[in-house]
Order: sequence, then structure tokens, then C-alpha cells
Amino acid sequence: MTQLNHLLGIRQLEKAQIEYLLNLGGSFVGLSRRNVKKAPTLRGKTVINLFFENSTRTRTSFELAGKRLSADVVNISTAASATSKGESLFDTGQTLAAMNPDVLVIRHSLAGAAEFLAAMLPDTAVVNAGDGAHEHPTQILTDLLTLRQSWTDVAGKTITIVGDIAHSRVANSHLISAAKMGYKVRLVAPKTLLPMQVERYGCEVFHDFDAAIPGSDCLYMLRIQAERLTSSCCFPSIREYHTAYGLNMHRLTLAGENCLVMHPGPMNRGVEIASEVADGAKSRILDQVENGVAVRMAILTSLCGGGTAPARRDGKRKQAESVMSAQARLL
Amino acid sequence: MPAYPVVKCMADFLIKGGHVIDPANGIDRSADVLVKHGSIAGVGKFKAGTEKTIDARGCIVCPGLVDMHVHLREPGQEWKEDIESGSRAAVAGGVTTMCCMPNTQPCLDHAGVIRQVIERANQIGLCNVHPVGAVTRNLDGKELTEMRELAGDGAVAFSDDGMPVWHGGVMRKALEYASSFGYLVIQHAEDLQLTEGGCVNEGWVSTQLGVAGIPSEGEDAMISRDIMLTQLADARYHVAHISTRGSVALVRQARGQGLKVSAEAAPHHFALTEDEVLGFNADAKMNPPLRTEEDRQAVIEGLRDGTIEVIATDHAPHHEDDKRCGLSCAAFGIVGLETMLPVSLGLVKQSVLSMPELIAKMACNPARLLNLDAGTLSEGAAADICIFDPEATWRLDRNKLQSRSKNTPWHGREMTGKVTHTVKGGRVVFEHGNIHA
Repeated sequence: MTQLNHLLGIRQLEKAQIEYLLNLGGSFVGLSRRNVKKAPTLRGKTVINLFFENSTRTRTSFELAGKRLSADVVNISTAASATSKGESLFDTGQTLAAMNPDVLVIRHSLAGAAEFLAAMLPDTAVVNAGDGAHEHPTQILTDLLTLRQSWTDVAGKTITIVGDIAHSRVANSHLISAAKMGYKVRLVAPKTLLPMQVERYGCEVFHDFDAAIPGSDCLYMLRIQAERLTSSCCFPSIREYHTAYGLNMHRLTLAGENCLVMHPGPMNRGVEIASEVADGAKSRILDQVENGVAVRMAILTSLCGGGTAPARRDGKRKQAESVMSAQARLL
Repeated sequence: MPAYPVVKCMADFLIKGGHVIDPANGIDRSADVLVKHGSIAGVGKFKAGTEKTIDARGCIVCPGLVDMHVHLREPGQEWKEDIESGSRAAVAGGVTTMCCMPNTQPCLDHAGVIRQVIERANQIGLCNVHPVGAVTRNLDGKELTEMRELAGDGAVAFSDDGMPVWHGGVMRKALEYASSFGYLVIQHAEDLQLTEGGCVNEGWVSTQLGVAGIPSEGEDAMISRDIMLTQLADARYHVAHISTRGSVALVRQARGQGLKVSAEAAPHHFALTEDEVLGFNADAKMNPPLRTEEDRQAVIEGLRDGTIEVIATDHAPHHEDDKRCGLSCAAFGIVGLETMLPVSLGLVKQSVLSMPELIAKMACNPARLLNLDAGTLSEGAAADICIFDPEATWRLDRNKLQSRSKNTPWHGREMTGKVTHTVKGGRVVFEHGNIHA
């Protein structure tokens, strides 16, 4: 398995790396349930969470993941204006990297933001916490860990993703992950919410939700951002959307006995998902949240040299250590 | 600003031993070219006399190239390019005549700015510069410019390039008015409602990258409308930087019907595809965007069958700050003057075009469309000459470009075909990598 230098997207991960992170993540689940939620794994490490977009669960889970492993965690939330997005990203990235963090976690509305920073900052591990409609790898790892708790293996299963596929980094990352991990993806949306040629991922595309439900092992509901989408004519109203694509108890009965329900959050109750479903027995939504902390612990551990440290950061560290030992000799 | 002498002394010289290609005169043979008093004195066999001799053995000697679509950024954005740096880039690429688009600041919608650009270019004296005047004031698509006055001061065609003339009624009037005086209207064909927010070609690549796409139908729809208006107005219409399969088919059909419709293709649209932007490469972002392989092949077929008469660069310099900000935020455009010839030579290598056909598309064809005194080696014509070694290979280093901007997708790639000399008005302005200002 290749050593992980950054976590930029599912695209860059090998299957073995995904398995490794899931196993490591699984081993961390218990830590957060303990009375004393602390391990010394990342003592002396610095993690910066740089969030250019609003986030509750992703930012909090990265923060808790770092703190429970004893890292020093700094959170920065910046509202990026539409025009200065790029510039502020470049300058902020360079500035923060100059403070020598071990890991820089970034969320940005700009697709490619994490890759952009990683190319710019050779000595800092960059984690993509969501970039535009491109990728959201930590969410996918969270989902896979959650599904493994119910299924042991995702291979051969069918996950049906419903909603605004066109603007969803979660859907995009799942489509990439499916090919690597051997599960099938069905997409359900009107054409206005589907990106062009998405079927080239090898997924099945449905416009009729009811037709897609039988045979699904998991119904994965995406958040609908009503403000954005009604004005751009992607659908006519919330009411019509809910009728056509909302997951209610009736639709859930069309699914098999063992079909699970997931949502990456935050939910719009009564829009893409009915409360009875979200809070019902099939829902794994809160497990996703809990596992999100564990998976992010695994990611931080792996990037901070849980295995062998990446060579290029080794170089910088060795240099620093030799300076320190020289100083020690002088003393 | 350095003081340039307006008249520079010119020695007579002989370009000896090259293979001369002058499509306008049907010349495609080994010959010498004699230059006297700044003009072509003849193409044939000449005994070396007292004049200086340029050894052109192994090289092709052709008319200085004509690039009818460049952005020189002066006035207004001189940190990206100015007329001097753009002229240096031009002659380094074998280009001796270029037409600069009007989207400067202020834009080329008044005679004063047109005159300023021409005077500045003449002062520099490296390359002939012909401005393209704006179709509408401020390029805002509402009121027509004083086209007759602009033409009188040197505008050779009209365009709102960078922006389409999007309003159907205004476009109709522009075509009617311009054609009353024989002027060519050049359209940046884009339906802005269809392309809004887009950043790369819409399709498999935009889907994988999670960025908004620019559908090819945005270009096709505008050209389709414009062709109907061209017929209505009995006008002359030119499609800038054609990039889609549908657009090439529309232009082919219109020409088949005898309409005065022409088109140009940019080297990147027949040499590269949308795959270049995978990995969020902002130096492969331009508008129209790089398209699919199918589109690329259609553009090549259009060049082959004559639907597309002209190759032009859409040379669009941008500062690194405008590119180094993530793909979605990055400015559209790449520099092209210094790569036009080697990239286009690929068409000869792939047997799409013969060498004379290729050179015609970069010399006499655009000159004919714009009624320019350029693009030929006719006796008595200004001695604007490009000499290049078609077999020389070299690696493109963006930092060695003459252009002030370095936004090229070809950085680090091997090029075949190298300009050795550029002669403008009988003066050697570029010689083995060096500019003679």
C-alpha cells in the first residue's frame, strides 16, 4: 500500500488505502464512547481546519478527531466572497503553511481547492473536507464504515442516491468509490439535477424514484438547496420535489426489509426526507455522524505518520532535529 | 518608453537556398527571395551579389504570417501584455501582421483609441497591427459604433469579441449596417444564457471535476441565429474561434448555400481536447473551451475541406494571478502567437493539409478576408517574410516566451518546427531567438 501524503479525493486512493482507513477508523469508534475520550497518538501535532464554507458536522468531527487524539487543533472559518475566493485561498494557504501545521483540512466552494493547495504546499498534508461539486472523500469513508457495520462488506450491494446529483460532491465521490469497492450506484433525479454523461461512471440513472427502489440496499438522500435551485429552474417547487423525490414511509415500504437509509446532512425534514424515516429504525444517519469522528481520526493518524512518515516531510523534520541537536550541544 | 526611430534603415538582402511557399502566387519550390528597399524584388534564382545573404537551406520561406485574432491588452491591462510585448511575441512566432481585438480598456469603440493603437504599433515597428473595431459602444451590445469613422482610421473589421453581440435585433442591424460598406463582422458566438457560469466544456470532464459546464450548443445556437441574420442582411459574417462539431456543420451548410460566411479555428481547438483540464489545469481554460475528441476531429475536417479558411490564435495573455486561483475562478484564455506555427504544422504531419494549404490559412486567406496588403511574396509587396525549419524540434519553456504572460498549456512539451527568421518590411526583426527592435 502506498503511503498517504494527502487526502484529496477518492480518485487518488487505492482500494488498499481505503480498506486500511476503514479498519483504522473502525478501531477508533470505541474511543469516543469511553469515559475518558483521549489518546496520545497525535501529541505535538498541529491540525488546522480551514473552512471557507459553512459546516457543522464535518468541521466539528475534524476538531473532535484531532482533540481526542491530543493534537493541537485550530479552526478557521472564513466567508469567502465570490470574487476574492481564489486569491484568498492562495494567500491564506501559504500563510498558514508558513506556520508549519502537520495537517491542513480545507473545505471550499471551489472545485479543485484541495488539489490546488496540495500542489502549492509540499510540506503540509492536505485533507479535502469538500471542494465545490467535486469530491468529499471523508464523507464517503464515513459512509463505507457505517455500511460495513451493517453489512460487513459493501461489494455487490446497491446504493441508490437521490436528489441534486449535479451539485453534489458526495454523489461524485460515491460514483468513483463504487468502481473501486465493487458496489453499484443508482442515481435518481430529474434531468435538471443530473450532470452530463454521468452514466459513464457505470451507474444506473432513474428519473422515477419508485422504479429505483426495489433492489436497493441503501437509499441515500441528498440535501436539496431550495434557494439555489428554484431560481435556476432545476425544479418548480419544494412541494413538487417532495412528491416526486422525497423519501416517505410509503416509499420505504417499497424497499426490502433490510434496506438502510442514509443522509450526509444537514437534512431538510419534509423536503427530501420525512421525519418518520429520518428518525426511524432503518435510518443510519446518526451512525454516520458518530463514525465521521472515527474515520477522521484514522485519516489524521495516517497522515501524521501512523505508519512511516512521508519522505518529504521527513526531510524537513530531520533538518529541524539536527538543528536542535546542534543547539543542545552548544548548551 | 524607448524612443523608436519611425523609419529604420534597411539593407537589401537575399534569402538563399530555401523552399519558397507563397500560396497566393501558387509558388511551392526551391527558390531564393530577393529583398530590395523593403519590398520583395523577386522570387527565383539569384546570384549572390554584394547584399547580405540569409542561408535558408533546409527551411521554408513563406509570407509573414497573418494572425487575425489577438488580444494585445493595451490600453488598459499592460501588466498582461502591451503592443510591444505582443509584437515581440508575434515576430518570434513568424507573425508579421496581426489584428487586435477591441476588448481593451477603454475599448476600441472610438477613432482616437484606434489611432493610438496603430501609432504605437508603428512606433515599435516590429509587427503590423490592425485593430478590429467594436461593433457596439462599450461592447455592451446596445448601440452601434461609428463604423465608418473607425474604418477610416484603420479598423479592418468589427467585433465585440470577448462578448457576443447577443441581442438578435442589434446583430441584425450590425450586419446590415456593416455590410452596407463591405465590412466584415466577426462574432464571438456564445449564447450567454446557455453558457452562464460555465468554465470548461460540458460533458464527462466537467462532471468528473464537479465544475459548471459550457455546452457546445451555446456556440451552435448563436451561429445558427447569426447565419439566418447574415442571409437576411446579405452580409459578411465571420465566426471567431470555431470549436464544435455542430458549428462546423452549420458553417459548411451556409457556405454551401453561397452565404458570405467564413470561420477561423484556433490551434488549441484542433490540437487539444477537454482532457487537458483534468487535474484543474487553468492554463487549459479558455472560451470557447477545449472540446471533445469528436469536436476536435470535426474542426480538423473543416480545415481540410475548406469550411474553415483561417487559423488564428485568439492569443489571450493573462497574468499568473488571474490563473493561479482555482479553475472556476481563473481567467479564460491562453497565449498563442509563439506556438501557432509549430502546433499547426501538426496538420501537415498528419496529412490533413499540404504545406501550401496550411500557410494559406495563416497568410493570404485572412489577408483576403480583411482586404489587407499582406500574406504574399508578390513582387513589389512589402517584404514580410517568415523563415522556419519545419523539422527542428525544441521544448517549449514558458519562461522564455516573448509575451509578457506565460499562460500556455504547451509548457514543457516538445514542438516540431521553429521560426528562424522573421522579416518585416524588409528588416530582419527576429533571428534565431533574438529580437532586433
